Amino acid sequence: MIGTLLAAAAQNADAPVLVAQNVAFGIIAVLMVFSAIRVVTAANVVHAAAFLVVVLAGAAALFILLGAEFVAITQVLVYIGAIVVLFLFGIMLTRAPMEGSEKMSRDNWALAGLSGFVLLVLLGYSLWDGFGRSKIPGDLQPTDTGALSDVIFGQYLVPFEVVSLLLLAALVGAIVIARRD
Amino acid sequence: MFLNQFLLLAAALFCIGVYGVIARKNGVMVLMSIELILNAVNINLVAFSTMWFHAEGANPLAGQVFALFVIAVAAAEVGVGLAIVLAIFRNYKTVDLDQVDLMKG
Repeated sequence: MIGTLLAAAAQNADAPVLVAQNVAFGIIAVLMVFSAIRVVTAANVVHAAAFLVVVLAGAAALFILLGAEFVAITQVLVYIGAIVVLFLFGIMLTRAPMEGSEKMSRDNWALAGLSGFVLLVLLGYSLWDGFGRSKIPGDLQPTDTGALSDVIFGQYLVPFEVVSLLLLAALVGAIVIARRD
Repeated sequence: MFLNQFLLLAAALFCIGVYGVIARKNGVMVLMSIELILNAVNINLVAFSTMWFHAEGANPLAGQVFALFVIAVAAAEVGVGLAIVLAIFRNYKTVDLDQVDLMKG
């Protein structure tokens, strides 16, 4: 299995360089990393939610860049459309501090930054060591949504039903936990 | 496009999310940081799915299907998580996680 995958990777090692895609990737990546840092450092909670929207939209753009258009559309619908609105409701209902008057970080933020940085170095080294300069195939086509649905409702039918059961359980659980009684 | 540029970007997002989970005081902000982590995983899944689209013996769309599952589970997680934060706020009148130490040993 792994051997087959590595052979396929070596086969397209001489794939053409896609300049437009690389430029687009650079812009999106810089935007996403900047916004993600702002999400975890912003003093205003609503601003953090707004920056989270930028990160999620950047991820959707990356999915389109990778040819996964159905995942990108689902990302926009579910994440930006539903989850961010849920976050805004949570911010509103908990009356979280809007101004930077209160401290937003715990006392151990330096230690948290250090552990995040060490994790980044470890991940970066192992990714570079494992995948090096292997290229994504240059002849990318958008994924056929019909084929994707065939996979979901064929090979992954049981997990799909389990996910719908999980969503039902989460819905009931959220109502029970948040109910005022 | 190199595979690694997607994987390294996802690793950076993951680590920023880990920092947010550890360092933030506000319960809602911790949930937002968890969303960053889940998004990093999604980028990885779709990148791998595209990388080995032509590989033999593997389902080329499995990565995208798993990304969809992650999105669904993230929606469920945010619903329950925000309900818990609301319940904490109702009982403690705060969402500061440093003050929620009832089960601290």
